[in-house]
Amino acid sequence: MGSTLAQKVWDSHVVHRVATGSDLIYVDLHLLHEVNTPQAFDGLRAAGRGVRRPDLTLGTEDHNTPTIGIDRPIRDLDGRRQSELMRRNCAEFGIPLHRLGDPGQGIVHVIGPEQGLSRPGMTIVCCDSHTTTHGAFGALAFGIGASQVEHVLATQTLQLRRFKDLDITVTGRLPDGVTAKDLVLALIATIGTAGGQGHVIEYRGAAVADLSMESRMTLCNMSVEAGARAGMVAPDATTLAYLRGRPGVPQGAAWDAAVRGWTALRSDPDARFDTSVVIDGAALHPYVSWGTNPAQSVPIGGRVPAPADFADPEESAAARRALDYMALQPGTPMRDVPIDTVFVGSCTNSRIEDLRATADVLRGRRVADGLHMMIVAGSAAVRRQAVAEGLDRVFAEAGADFRAAAGCSMCAALNEDRLQPGQRAASTTNRNFEGRQGKGARTHIVSPPVAAATAIAGRLAAPADL
Amino acid sequence: MRPFTVHTGTAAPLRRSNVDTDQIIPARFCVRSTRSGHADSLFADWRDDPGFVLNRPGHRGATVLVAGNDFGIGSSREYAVWALQDYGFRAVIAPRYGDIFRENSLLNGLLTVTVPIEAVEEIWAAVEADPAEPVTVDLERLQVRCAGNVTAFDLDPDVRERLLHGLDAIAMTLREEELIVRYEASRHPALPTTR
Repeated sequence: MGSTLAQKVWDSHVVHRVATGSDLIYVDLHLLHEVNTPQAFDGLRAAGRGVRRPDLTLGTEDHNTPTIGIDRPIRDLDGRRQSELMRRNCAEFGIPLHRLGDPGQGIVHVIGPEQGLSRPGMTIVCCDSHTTTHGAFGALAFGIGASQVEHVLATQTLQLRRFKDLDITVTGRLPDGVTAKDLVLALIATIGTAGGQGHVIEYRGAAVADLSMESRMTLCNMSVEAGARAGMVAPDATTLAYLRGRPGVPQGAAWDAAVRGWTALRSDPDARFDTSVVIDGAALHPYVSWGTNPAQSVPIGGRVPAPADFADPEESAAARRALDYMALQPGTPMRDVPIDTVFVGSCTNSRIEDLRATADVLRGRRVADGLHMMIVAGSAAVRRQAVAEGLDRVFAEAGADFRAAAGCSMCAALNEDRLQPGQRAASTTNRNFEGRQGKGARTHIVSPPVAAATAIAGRLAAPADL
Repeated sequence: MRPFTVHTGTAAPLRRSNVDTDQIIPARFCVRSTRSGHADSLFADWRDDPGFVLNRPGHRGATVLVAGNDFGIGSSREYAVWALQDYGFRAVIAPRYGDIFRENSLLNGLLTVTVPIEAVEEIWAAVEADPAEPVTVDLERLQVRCAGNVTAFDLDPDVRERLLHGLDAIAMTLREEELIVRYEASRHPALPTTR
């Protein structure tokens, strides 16, 4: 019997097979950010241990860094201390760090790919659940907690039980105006927030093959919202075109050799998946969330559901709670939901293609009166590119607030970019959990084009509605 | 890590599914740099509600949390585990968990037990009828016991061994250092480095 892509990557990283059935897996790239890591370094020091491979480790500051006034110290004292500890810890253990203000700084899942560090066949971990993003390259990439960070720092390995395999095949061609974000929201609405638990998703099919690398990153990014450990796309010509010429990526004969290895990374025709799901890509619409978990999403032409619409009592109870928190009436058309804040950013949708898609809708239009639209690039490099293309002028002319620095901003709501209680946002982020963007704040997850159209209309809208 | 063998205590019935780690501890409390001191941040946005389970007199001091499906989904923040432990919880009982939360909990000695929803419902009913009804989580016999009901659970044998004896996972891996060195020698030279 053949192997899946995920099994092949796993098998090539086994350091040791433990008798009871778990494997010691080698980690090729360990990414760090300032939150979730000080405790790991404290643990190392307490045990008198060092960092085994600082040369396979990279830090960045993204979660609690400000997006304006970056020359001033972080106002929140705990947040400032966390950033100071990150700098001290990386210096002490010889780990390269992209500090706020550095040209290479940005959201950890944006900079790995753009700096050529995320490549096919690698194992990549980070103290962040959205590490699944890097699976777009055919890497096995997953989030870990602080104790596992300490384990990887000390040993460059993790002891894990093999993940299961979930085949998500997306047939057909996505209609115009339907993005990878809509596809993944539709998927999560179909299989639920636990549909992928314990599994690695491999995204396959014609609609996936058509996606750009950045769209594949959006798709893989939200695998964790379906409960999956990781999401992957097998490397193909799109992957190679993205990688070619990036820093450190092999050139000449070494490139040819690398390509031979990478293109062999695909699931065998007779590979066995534990679970398979087929999605008709051609039938999809732009999706928006109405509730407090990403599975609570509907097409933008749909209506807010009623608790009674759910046969499962648990889902029905969850819907009742969500409607109460979101202050929505069942039966309301999604397009009638008024919005006061629009956020474009996060590791899901803050790359140059996302900013271009946003600018395409905003060009020649004005953001609705009283609505605040904030745009935060995923990395300093994405921001420079946006400025080089004149997108900053498009944003300014539309009345949008394009922030000076890159970072997680209003997705993590760890810095000062937060919503106030009762505010309602359309966000290109990944989580609509209660309080995610600020205590008492309400989030509707959307794609960048829907975010931009919503900013113009003042209520949830797709570009075609303008 | 503090070993976990058998624990008996009172339980808090959290009748909710999809409790994500942002609910367990909101992000604004995840800027602290220590493993302890998070007790007051646990379920911070729900604690203002006098009807919230942890505010009900009979459930104060509970050491076993009994939750619905998919407890601990979302963010990888280990603060969620530390906050539960700081508050006093030693074990969580639920039908399903977010994968990263589950791994984090077991590395910290917070025993997360998986039982069918029917068993969760039985415990909810028992401890709501009598909050003093003790719940026992027995890692030696792989059982949850409450109000005369016994429910078996499963756990990865490596993890069970580590929890029973409070073993240090890193020290155990470092015993295989020779194999790590050997693997490193076989790695492809074209793989990226960060400096």
